[in-house]
Amino acid sequence: MFLINCPYCGERDQSEFSAGGEAHIERPKQPTELSDDQWAEFLFMRKNIKGIQYERWNHTHGCRKWFNMVRDTSNDKIHAVYKMGEKPPVK
Amino acid sequence: MSKNLRITNNNFIDQTSRISFKFDGKTLYGFKGDTLASALLANNIHLVGRSFKYHRPRGIMTCGSEEPNAILQIGNDSSMTEPNTRATEIELYEGLEASSQNCWPSVNFDIGAINNFFSPLIPAAFYYKTFMWPANFWKLYEYFIRKSAGLGRSPTEPDKDIYDHRYLHCDVLIVGGGISGIMAAKTAAKNNLNTVLIDDKNILGGTTLFQQNECFKINNSYSNEWLKKEIETLNSFNNLTIKTRTTLAAYHSYNYLLARENLTDHLDLKDKKDKIRQRLWKIRAKKVIIATGAMERPLIFDNNDRPGIFLSSSIKKYIDFYGVKCGQKISLFTNNDSAYETAISLNNRGVSVNSVVDIRDKTNSLIVKQVEKLGIKIHWKSSVINTNGYKKINCIEIMKLSDDGTAAVGKKINEECDCLGISGGWTPRVHLFTQSGGKLKFRDEDNVFLPDKSELSQISIGSCNGDFELDEVVKNSVNLTNKFLNVNNNDYENLEIIASKEIDKKNIWLLPSDKPLGKTKPFLDFQNDSTANDIKLALREGFKSIEHVKRYTTTGMATDQGKLSNMHALGIIAETAGVKMGELGTTTFRPPYTPLTFGAIVGRNVGEFFDITRKTPIHDWHVKNKAEFENVGQWKRAWYYPRSNENMHEAVQRESKAARDSAGILDASTLGKIDIQGTDASEFLNRVYTNAWSKLEIGKCRYGLMLNEDGMVYDDGVTTRLSENHYLMTTTTGGAANVLSKMEDYLQTEWPELDVYLTSVTDHYATVSICGPNSKKILSKVIPNLDLSDKKFPHMSFKNALIDNIKCRVMRISFTGEHSYEINIQSSYGKSTWEKCIDAGKEFNITPYGTETMHLLRAEKGFIIAGQDTDGTMTPVDLQMDWIISKKKYDFIGKRSLYRSDTIREDRKQLVGLLTDDPKEILEEGAQIVSETNKQPIEMLGHVTSSYFSPNLNKSIALAVLKNGKKLKGQKMIVPMKDKKINVTVTDTIFLDKENKRLNA
Ligand SMILES: [Zn+2]
Repeated sequence: MFLINCPYCGERDQSEFSAGGEAHIERPKQPTELSDDQWAEFLFMRKNIKGIQYERWNHTHGCRKWFNMVRDTSNDKIHAVYKMGEKPPVK
Repeated sequence: MSKNLRITNNNFIDQTSRISFKFDGKTLYGFKGDTLASALLANNIHLVGRSFKYHRPRGIMTCGSEEPNAILQIGNDSSMTEPNTRATEIELYEGLEASSQNCWPSVNFDIGAINNFFSPLIPAAFYYKTFMWPANFWKLYEYFIRKSAGLGRSPTEPDKDIYDHRYLHCDVLIVGGGISGIMAAKTAAKNNLNTVLIDDKNILGGTTLFQQNECFKINNSYSNEWLKKEIETLNSFNNLTIKTRTTLAAYHSYNYLLARENLTDHLDLKDKKDKIRQRLWKIRAKKVIIATGAMERPLIFDNNDRPGIFLSSSIKKYIDFYGVKCGQKISLFTNNDSAYETAISLNNRGVSVNSVVDIRDKTNSLIVKQVEKLGIKIHWKSSVINTNGYKKINCIEIMKLSDDGTAAVGKKINEECDCLGISGGWTPRVHLFTQSGGKLKFRDEDNVFLPDKSELSQISIGSCNGDFELDEVVKNSVNLTNKFLNVNNNDYENLEIIASKEIDKKNIWLLPSDKPLGKTKPFLDFQNDSTANDIKLALREGFKSIEHVKRYTTTGMATDQGKLSNMHALGIIAETAGVKMGELGTTTFRPPYTPLTFGAIVGRNVGEFFDITRKTPIHDWHVKNKAEFENVGQWKRAWYYPRSNENMHEAVQRESKAARDSAGILDASTLGKIDIQGTDASEFLNRVYTNAWSKLEIGKCRYGLMLNEDGMVYDDGVTTRLSENHYLMTTTTGGAANVLSKMEDYLQTEWPELDVYLTSVTDHYATVSICGPNSKKILSKVIPNLDLSDKKFPHMSFKNALIDNIKCRVMRISFTGEHSYEINIQSSYGKSTWEKCIDAGKEFNITPYGTETMHLLRAEKGFIIAGQDTDGTMTPVDLQMDWIISKKKYDFIGKRSLYRSDTIREDRKQLVGLLTDDPKEILEEGAQIVSETNKQPIEMLGHVTSSYFSPNLNKSIALAVLKNGKKLKGQKMIVPMKDKKINVTVTDTIFLDKENKRLNA
């Protein structure tokens, strides 16, 4: 069970949070101009990395804020937590 | 039986307080401080169970959680009985009743023991190989297998005990109160760290607590005396919490640990009542120090499982701690020095030791010399090759070992004995370390896996870290602890330690015999009854991976997770396959370390506390008026209100008719309500709904459909524009939380530039819905000064109003197709408002209706229920709701997906109506629809999503999804059921009042 450092509330138990999949996939600004393949790339394709992964988390049972996390999926170590809109720490 | 097996002058057993207990129906006596195992042994009871597969007699073998044989049923109450408990871990209490399991009809006469004589026929994976074929015979086999081989009985009634959960946060958690743990606890506490020390026994001290031996001294005191003083000093720290009878069950990532504290298990039966039995501690520790010690290994030789055969260190604990002699003529068999400690303890207590059989050539350590001095015979370079005695060991056979250790040579010596202590060296308890994700390393010199790398803030100290000599334990534990805690505690500097050091090491995983391998029974996993031969067979059959061999032979798969057997299994595999043990890897230990009760796992979350129950403010009225309830998410919703002897169908028919004929009233408080405010609120709604919102007038309501980004319908509801920048959105009852979090997600991550605030107000307002041709008359009685004319208050609009000076919002919206109103009022006035409406409606036969009638009425009008008529694969086009998709809007959630190649297919499943040829025939929801039944395979074209008998149309109606349904209107279809085929016709989805005349009636 992780201990997650919410950028707004501080360290809380994982049970207060929910995971929201891969981070930094921006919704296209002009979806109508995309081909089926381009739209499918945005809609369906997600990475599932063993190692360093950038992911979205929500402090569901706390401040309800979304934020991003850098986590090593091989050992669950959380390397960084940062607010939406902030630049991810360099790899 | 009248032998005196108890010695006097013992510090740990209170021989003045006698305790009576029952074993297999017989009343016996023990003392306070005993475990069930020590009390049984004091009564000369060794035979306590039968083995799992061969039903061989088995006796107590250990004194701790690794016990594989003494697994007993405790209690015989149908709600409180507990199977699979280890006699070695149960503290004796007045009134304890225990019985053997896995033997039928009794432990002394067991029908299944015949398996033992047929055992050549029961090789590894016998059950898999034999009983799996023919497959349909399994049912037959299972009955007999379970009857004779079951491990204990489950209680048949709910557990009456109370269990509890609590959180604990600390700077340092120390697991294990042996010598290293105690020194670590004192070091942490002295340095003002918030420290917690837990131990699974009832007192601290570990095995050093009863180590009174000339060969192990600290500062000129016996090590037990030195440690006793250390333990006493722990009481002076306020920042140190000590929890005994507390077992660490699980060690998860981020130093999150679960420990089970036993609070009443040791109390007399009469004192247990109304107290919390066990508490599960959920611990978050900044640092963890594991000091869990080591387990002694058995030795693997022919017939090494007879009652009376113990781990040598257990014999020592029984005599030194419990004052119980495991036998009168004891032999010891070892490959290391620790059996010699047992020999000295026994000798000191006046128990005669026949001899020590040692596989080593000869060794001269301090303690060995001491034993030689006592005149105890030592058989060097020898092995026990067999044992005799059916229900209890009575003789061992000893032979010399060949130089390479692979054969037994020379003359066979028989030695009479009534007890045999075996010692195959020590295995560090690394279970918790590996549970936490730590990686192990292998030390060749004594064949042990040791903690290596971990991502967490933790260390292992003492013998669980591979230090087995007293001086090393002390020195290394102190150094590691100081460094880990970044402190400098010099209490333990310059201690003068005398410790016998082991000089020679030798190990043979499978000891030789004078018989061929197939004729011997060298047991490996005592609980699951697998032998070294099973492992060899598995390897011959081609299994290579340890995980596969484990599962195939079931070695290490019992409730002890192979605490005693894993190392030997690995050793034999490595030896047979010719690989190094360190390269073979080890199996994974999973939580819990020892089994947890279900009670401890669920704690207080049982019965009505299992899940949250949400009730509307009007709930009590529904209860009083005999409503039946249905669960919708966590909500309790009134389902229908049966009168006198009505069944559900009759009640729903009556309610539905009344709602259309005159007036009905529904508690709609559970619908999700989200308050939306901000200068960009209209733009936000444009983006989340398929239709356009900017032009909605203030005071008007609009139905909206929300999609997922994949274009599939997600939720629906009516949203009202309360003012320029203020909307009230309603959602489905079950979808409320998800809709809110989905909208928050988009607002925070995709459109942070929008000025919009979302607030859940579901619980803040009660919603009373009145429908039917007389609803206007009823509302005018409840709110007399509100102009209800169609001109002033048309369909799909809202008014602020007052009911007895309480503000409320009245929406004229309809989910039934009838003229209807929804009153939203502060929750606390919900019930009184409801009652006012009921009073005002009396003259119009106002009829409360529940969710079932609501579903029926909307189905008559062809209104969908998101989640019932949709299932995450339906687009608005599939639902024939093209009208709600704005053509003008540039974008909304899911828009682009509505013209993907798959979503524009003409022959997708589409929502249609179905009418049965026989109007009395009601379709089953979920039933499949086909076009013909002769051609095989039959293509399933769709299924029924909603089906009712409409009292207003006097016929059966249904909604369904059907492949290419739009084009099949008027066509005949077949709904095949188990015993008949139902003929149906595809129709429009609207069955009643297509022209919407009733809305303004
Ligand atoms: Zn937060």
